[in-house]
Amino acid sequence: MELKEKLITSFLAFENSVSTDTETNVHDIRSKAFTHFEQNGFPTKKDEEWKYTSLKSILKHDYNVFPKAGTAIEFKDVKRYFLHEIESYKIVFIDGIYSSFLSDTTHEGYDICLLSAALKKPKYKMVIDHYFNTIASKKESITSLNTAFSKEGAYINIPKNTVVPKPIQIVYFSTGSEAQLMLQPRNLVIVGENSHVQIVERHQSLTNNVVLTNVVTEIFAGTRAIVDYYKIQNDQKTASLIDNTYVQQQRQSVASVNTFSFGGNLTRNNLEFYHEGEHITSNLNGITIIGDKQLVDNHTLVNHKYPNCESHELYKGIYADKSTGVFNGKVIVEQEAQKTNAFQQNNNILIDDGATINAKPQLEIFADDVKCSHGCTIGQLDEDALFYLRSRGIPKKEAEALLLYAFANDALQKIKIAELKTRITRLIAKKLGVDLGFDL
Amino acid sequence: MLEIKNLHAKVEDKDILKGINLNIKAGEVHAIMGPNGSGKSTLSSVIAGKEEYEVTDGEIVLDNEDLDDLAPEERAHKGIFMSFQYPIEIPGVTVTNFIKTAINETRKANGKEELPAKDMLKKIRETAELLEIDRKFLSRSLNEGFSGGEKKRNEIFQMAMLEPKLAILDETDSGLDIDALKIVANGVNKLKSDKNAVVIITHYQRLLDYIVPDFVHVLHDGKIVKSGGKELAHELEAKGYDWLK
Repeated sequence: MELKEKLITSFLAFENSVSTDTETNVHDIRSKAFTHFEQNGFPTKKDEEWKYTSLKSILKHDYNVFPKAGTAIEFKDVKRYFLHEIESYKIVFIDGIYSSFLSDTTHEGYDICLLSAALKKPKYKMVIDHYFNTIASKKESITSLNTAFSKEGAYINIPKNTVVPKPIQIVYFSTGSEAQLMLQPRNLVIVGENSHVQIVERHQSLTNNVVLTNVVTEIFAGTRAIVDYYKIQNDQKTASLIDNTYVQQQRQSVASVNTFSFGGNLTRNNLEFYHEGEHITSNLNGITIIGDKQLVDNHTLVNHKYPNCESHELYKGIYADKSTGVFNGKVIVEQEAQKTNAFQQNNNILIDDGATINAKPQLEIFADDVKCSHGCTIGQLDEDALFYLRSRGIPKKEAEALLLYAFANDALQKIKIAELKTRITRLIAKKLGVDLGFDL
Repeated sequence: MLEIKNLHAKVEDKDILKGINLNIKAGEVHAIMGPNGSGKSTLSSVIAGKEEYEVTDGEIVLDNEDLDDLAPEERAHKGIFMSFQYPIEIPGVTVTNFIKTAINETRKANGKEELPAKDMLKKIRETAELLEIDRKFLSRSLNEGFSGGEKKRNEIFQMAMLEPKLAILDETDSGLDIDALKIVANGVNKLKSDKNAVVIITHYQRLLDYIVPDFVHVLHDGKIVKSGGKELAHELEAKGYDWLK
């Protein structure tokens, strides 16, 4: 059976299994989303937004779409996938099922817990009705698919005037208990006025079994809120990820999403920012380092709707072997959005002849008093720079790694959690295949 | 120490060096002067092993070993150092980390243990002092946002740290004010010994007032057209290069 058919026939059974949350209008939301997916199916290369990224090869598997509980994981076996030198909250899932054993959640002062709980309990009804699925795309069928099956994920609700003192880690493990597993987690993040939160999200497969994750995250940043969101995408080469992240910002808020894509088979990031006030700052940063036949596709949108806002977008990509990169950076500046500052930069290095990058900056500007810029470069390593390092006794491979590191460095400097920065730096060194004897 | 015999080199089918002969012994300072486009920088790049340059004839021999097949890093491991006219910026890698890597890679290639961190720090501190380099400077990203003078001084710092047998200073004086020039020259003079040699490539005789050469060579159209003692530099300063063509 084709995956689409399988999902369609599974929907009824899914609806029955989650019938307890009829108190909310989530049921209607799911049904509508399901109809949308049923009508449109998975995106194909005929869609302009999916022109360079074919899902065909990852949809051919016979995925189990209903995760079963049961597999336990010892913390010591997965410790390395967490930031563990610092205190943190943790919301952890194993094969799509919440693991209370690995998690460290709270309801004291703020909610850092499960979406399933929030969808079920009446006391969350107002919040759910107000936020859930309000900014996730209704046009992207893959997002609708997630919405139709949305049930579990992270629920983070920070009231106003609160600084969450430690980062929140959201980790989705897959254990390989199924030969082919499809996961559709759903995260909801609400950050109140003047509040500040740091979140790290990771999807990690523990075996070489095939996994497809289609995740949707909605993030709401209140007035003057600061949201720092980090995505670590360093999964096995048999795991694919479609990440759909939607951010809505109120006035004077600062929201940053940093995406580090080093692993996986196919990774697609749909990242969209919507402004609901003036003096908003949106930051989008990404580092991609891939090889083999990996593909990473960063599709971003910043919608400037109000005056005096700014967006800063910086994506760095390093592609080896026969890997493929896609960058599509859409910036819309609406007529009302005067005095907008929108900067976009996308720099790519192709290491091998077989590597490909498809880059498309897309600026649609309807206001006349704005500062918008975009720069897109595709190149190789600078021979003069390489000679400089080698002339100091640094072997070619290490010299290349140093230059690549230097190339990605400005995006790396955006990381505000020290341990994470060190970890990402080490990942980069490892990815580049060098040990330079110091933390870069 | 270094013997260059009948060296011919080209880049992208353009012949640049057309038969250079040069013999440099330990303890000597040689200056290579000449007008723009005479091949000065090409000569230093060829000695350091830049791959874009093709040696079409002749040889470069360091301590009885032909360098022809050696990569730039292998030449560095054997003690050749070239200070760059335009050093490259490496964001995110501090001066200290960079020099540590360079030194330890060189030691590794020569079968030596890594220099213990304590010794490394001591050496860095002493060298920085010698060249009047502020400590803060060492934790900055390599060459990033450095002024022209800072870049040049940083090149000499690296040279002092790496202790090469043969140091080639390519236009090190350009972009330096007189005070910086004196500091750089002073550093080079202190590092000079009877075991190493220095080649100074320059347009002007200015630097040679502070680092006094034993020999001066004039390069023109890819050949050495005249060699002499330090007084030749003054003659060139007074008369220009035209009389030698």
